[in-house]
Amino acid sequence: MDLRYGEKYEAFRAEVRAFLEGWPLQGDEAKLPEQEQQALFRRRGIERGFVYRHVPVEYGGSGGEPDVILDQILQEEYAGSGAPGNLLTQGAAMLAPTLLEMGTEAQKQRFVPKALTGEEIWCQGYSEPGAGSDLASLSSRAELVGDEWVIHGHKIWTSGAEKSDWMFGLFRTEPDAAKHAGISYLLIDMKSPGIDVRPLREMTGGALFNEVFFDGVRTPAENVVGQRGQGWQVSRATLKHERNMIGNPNQTRHMFEELVALARKGDGNAGPGLSDPHVRQRLAELEGYLLSQEYTAKRILSATARGELEDVMLPMMMMKLHGTNLRRGLSDAGFDWIGADGLRELLDEEQVPYAAGTPGAWTARMMSAIAIAIAGGASNIQRNIIGERGLGLPRDLRAPKG
Amino acid sequence: MDFGLSEEQRLLQDTLRNFAGQECPLPRLRELFEAGQGHDPELWKGLVEIGVGGLALPEAHGGSGLEVLDLALVAEVLGEAALPVPFLGHALAGLAIAWGGSEAQQAEWLPKLATGDVTATVALLEGSSAWQPEEWALAPGASLRGEKRYVPDAARADLLVVGTQGGGFALVETGDPGVSWTAEEGLDRTRGIAHLHLDGAKAEALPGAGAAARVRDAALAILAADAFGAAWRLLRMTIEYAGTREQFGTPLAQFQGVKHQIANAATSLEPARGLWWYAAHAVDQLPDRAPHASAHAKAHLTDRAIGAARDAVELHGGIGYTWESDVQIWFKRVLFDRTFLGGPEVHRERAAQISGW
Repeated sequence: MDLRYGEKYEAFRAEVRAFLEGWPLQGDEAKLPEQEQQALFRRRGIERGFVYRHVPVEYGGSGGEPDVILDQILQEEYAGSGAPGNLLTQGAAMLAPTLLEMGTEAQKQRFVPKALTGEEIWCQGYSEPGAGSDLASLSSRAELVGDEWVIHGHKIWTSGAEKSDWMFGLFRTEPDAAKHAGISYLLIDMKSPGIDVRPLREMTGGALFNEVFFDGVRTPAENVVGQRGQGWQVSRATLKHERNMIGNPNQTRHMFEELVALARKGDGNAGPGLSDPHVRQRLAELEGYLLSQEYTAKRILSATARGELEDVMLPMMMMKLHGTNLRRGLSDAGFDWIGADGLRELLDEEQVPYAAGTPGAWTARMMSAIAIAIAGGASNIQRNIIGERGLGLPRDLRAPKG
Repeated sequence: MDFGLSEEQRLLQDTLRNFAGQECPLPRLRELFEAGQGHDPELWKGLVEIGVGGLALPEAHGGSGLEVLDLALVAEVLGEAALPVPFLGHALAGLAIAWGGSEAQQAEWLPKLATGDVTATVALLEGSSAWQPEEWALAPGASLRGEKRYVPDAARADLLVVGTQGGGFALVETGDPGVSWTAEEGLDRTRGIAHLHLDGAKAEALPGAGAAARVRDAALAILAADAFGAAWRLLRMTIEYAGTREQFGTPLAQFQGVKHQIANAATSLEPARGLWWYAAHAVDQLPDRAPHASAHAKAHLTDRAIGAARDAVELHGGIGYTWESDVQIWFKRVLFDRTFLGGPEVHRERAAQISGW
């Protein structure tokens, strides 16, 4: 075991730090709109090799050699800086890697650069009212008519659909094929006629999710990713990226530090404060889970760098469930410690998302921690995966074949 | 950057697993457990031949020159196997002498510890089960007078490292006429404990002042690793049981309620492996981090391990609660790891203090 990064990597870290010292921007540049500042960051970062490092130059990245340790150093340095960092949109984090892995040359050139910069915003169209965890049973259909797919159906839980330019989604294209085999992965312009986006208001008062209705929506035949009927395999690649996002410990470390700050305040509404032995015990126990998540991320990173992923298959399967449990523990404590402020309703849409450090943020997190247990593979599905694929337990009674 | 084990470390664990499987199969372990001796001289001899006696001791004094992480990796396998050997006390006593002993003390004792000619243990606790050197009453001096409780593996020991007032260490040979024992009925029958009486026993202080805290941190990482190994053993037993035991005409593990309980227990335990890896590594390489890391490792691992152990008993059904079932062997091993040198609350409070909360 050697936790030092070594000379080559520390030199890289020093370069990244020097680059990040220019952020947030100063002088006239600081007056630019946020989006332009982000665009500036990306342009300069790509030139230096620090942004979308592993994405080839022709698709809008820095074109660096694959090296997970360099990626890790960038993440670590972005996390503590005032710089925008890599965009973590669905387009950048899920669509772009999927296209890079399985898209055609034309798709990569057309879609990846704009997804990375955020010039085009993407949403994900997987779930349907009748197909949540059991995605293979989805029924929205697309029929090839001439050189266009004609789409009818209904998607749900589509976050950001109202402001998206494009959707990547799963549609049944081979009605006679078996459940998994008849699905295709399509790219759809959200401004197409026949698309109707309706917001779904959540219990937090916010409306992150939408329903999307398709009534004869058309998209060109070449907007299928992978082979026709292979959408299931393509979506597996995307889901892998989504779960990695949810299991990311950087966000939970930040939330933990906010929780310590909340306890430290210890005023009337913020709970009894850090001097209370119960508060100290609760924080320390949560820190045990947080450290578990952080060290597991390091184990996975090291095994990835060594090319020995089989060593960490089991902890990788566990990251989402473990992270979900931790988020619940953190948000429960925050909600408890805001005290009577937790009695207040959160239906002011103007405030969503609630600013970090406000009582409303903890109330909203307390509820959104449940959403994390559902999104990207519900916790009970994770338990089945861990039990069956990780621990070798037999499949459920009457589980479907295939 | 590599947060993982080396080939040599994996090989060490494989060697120990093979040894434990061959030399202490379940029927033999059960016999030893029933006898309640807390040790098996033949097993210990075999482990010393593999090099366990001097694993983390300096090569200049006959040891293998490895690290506390390697000791913790041994502890993981011993926990898995519930091996009744005096490893814990022997390893900690060796570290105390290596870190706090004079050159002459090291030269005299460490080679004998490495070869197993001398087996050592630590006598630390007094009133409380926690490591509280500030409350140790035993006054240092050329001869010691007083009591120590819960001395691990005492029956086998030739040499004692005794904790004295304020956190010092002194060496006492068990053959001294001033040393006597009262055996205690230990809950964990794979590791004995005894009550030590010192009545003018000849003692020699270890001059190194900072050794106590470092030995404590090593001890916490080793106990956490043992608990981790024991808890995984219980989970594996449970996975096997639930996969074969039928109810309502189908294996138990086909019921989601059972499968999910096992998945939850495993998910609570496995991601915590890095806590004891890191804590043990920190004792050697990152001394500033070791107190915080080892406190968390001990608290979190033994808490998660007892959770997994409870699930294991429950999922075995009534049979898992019987004396006849082997589940109790590991359940009690975990209880020892949890209690010895202080339970989770004690160490969480220490972690909180170190964090400046």
